[in-house]
Amino acid sequence: MIDQNIKNVIEVKGLDTWYGSKQILSNISLHVERKEIMVIMGHSGSGKSTLLRHMIGLNNPASGSIKLLGKEVTDLNRNGLYELRKHIGVAFQNGALFSSMTLQENVELPLHEHTKLDHNTIRIMSRLKLELMNLSDSEDLMPAELSGGMLKRAGLARAVIMDPEILFFDEPSAGLDPVTSAELDELILQLRDALNMTVIVVTHELESAFKIADRITVIDNGQQIITGDKETIKRSKDPRIISMLERRAMHDNINADDYLNKLTRN
Amino acid sequence: MSTNRPQTVSSIESALIRLGIAGIFLFEATLTIVLPPYSLKSLIKQIAFIGARSLLVIVVAGLFVGMVIALQFYDTLVRFGSVSLLGSAVGLSLIRELGPVLTALMVIGRSGSAMCAEIGIMRVDNQIDALECMAIDPYRYLFAPRILAGIICVPILTAIFILVGIFGGYFVGVVLFDVSPGSYFQGMSDTVLNRDLFMGFSKSLVFGLLIVWIACDKGFNLHLDKYGAYGSEGVSRITTEAVVLSSMAVLFSDYLLSALIL
Repeated sequence: MIDQNIKNVIEVKGLDTWYGSKQILSNISLHVERKEIMVIMGHSGSGKSTLLRHMIGLNNPASGSIKLLGKEVTDLNRNGLYELRKHIGVAFQNGALFSSMTLQENVELPLHEHTKLDHNTIRIMSRLKLELMNLSDSEDLMPAELSGGMLKRAGLARAVIMDPEILFFDEPSAGLDPVTSAELDELILQLRDALNMTVIVVTHELESAFKIADRITVIDNGQQIITGDKETIKRSKDPRIISMLERRAMHDNINADDYLNKLTRN
Repeated sequence: MSTNRPQTVSSIESALIRLGIAGIFLFEATLTIVLPPYSLKSLIKQIAFIGARSLLVIVVAGLFVGMVIALQFYDTLVRFGSVSLLGSAVGLSLIRELGPVLTALMVIGRSGSAMCAEIGIMRVDNQIDALECMAIDPYRYLFAPRILAGIICVPILTAIFILVGIFGGYFVGVVLFDVSPGSYFQGMSDTVLNRDLFMGFSKSLVFGLLIVWIACDKGFNLHLDKYGAYGSEGVSRITTEAVVLSSMAVLFSDYLLSALIL
């Protein structure tokens, strides 16, 4: 059983992960408290999405511990993992909706699979969530007929249909216009306030991160640079944080010989 | 799932590892077929996809194959003055070899390729990860109904192929070349033994399993293959591979089963 009173719903300790011989994440440690919005920031390829995949047990770490709702994810067998995942929702970057189903069928799928509710009740529940996401007019459309922002909101509707305790959201604002992106930020705040969810958001959008986050973790090249509230991040003297906040490109000191070798390597 | 540890393996080792992964895939899928809960609705959907929608192709193919082998056998047998053997020749070759193998090849082309591409796209588009995250077992949700439908449909399609083929042969032999209808059917029922029927049936059962297994495993484990990072091109390459591999597997196991049963 899941302990409802546990304070830290996510605890990651000393997480190391490799892809082939390349280290993707090294020694990541963080915790997320109940009803908190934790934003994991970093530029593309920093390893932030990989961290998310490890938290939900899609990838196995080389070493380290990941506790989700008090359960050690790395120790769970498949059924244990499925049992745990009934308490979480995951919204993927591209929505990851099933292309052969309508929007409504997509959103209703977890209810059909995991509950014994009758058809009408399921329909009402899915409409409630679609209404919340402003998608009630599009319930009969196929995913290919939806715009990028609608796909993300639909993915979010499906992720929260079971009223999960923890919501993971991968890149809510990637590829969206500023207005749609701001709407999604509002939605995330609403979900936390109205449905008491703990939310983990992975993003590279500075503005969105500072709008929704209670605390922020910054990851760069697989290294955890800092974890703290917004003020801590703003006061940080780390050059990588400063360049991120000021949106400056990082210029490494380049050795001329190394650079030449890099260009001419076979 | 990636192991995420630094490692170097030879190509033979990686081929063995891949074979092991395919074996685990079949084992997991079989477990979900055997253990409840069962989903009749998705099984029927897959039977409609693999079976019902292949029916027309199978009937047309069976008809022409039956006609052409009757034509070839007639031309050969007439040289030995033994056209009365036409029914046995057509019946035996259809039931033991051509029926199961050609039906399997048709199902590979029509359903195996489509299945592999569909699952591959689901993998590329994170839909399989989404299933996992919704605590829906992809083996139970995607593969159990497909494998079961393959095992059910391919033998039935094979039987239809053979039946239509026998009548195609009848048309050429009896209607066009005046072989007596009595000798066509009597010869057939005299020579076709239960062992021949068993051979045809067991072959089609194995082929049904092989086709769906290879197609689904290739699509599902797309990310582990060398084309895993190629996106949509990876899907097209993996689909080609699945078609080639399952055709090879069908022909190889065809020989193996014939040698075992004969």
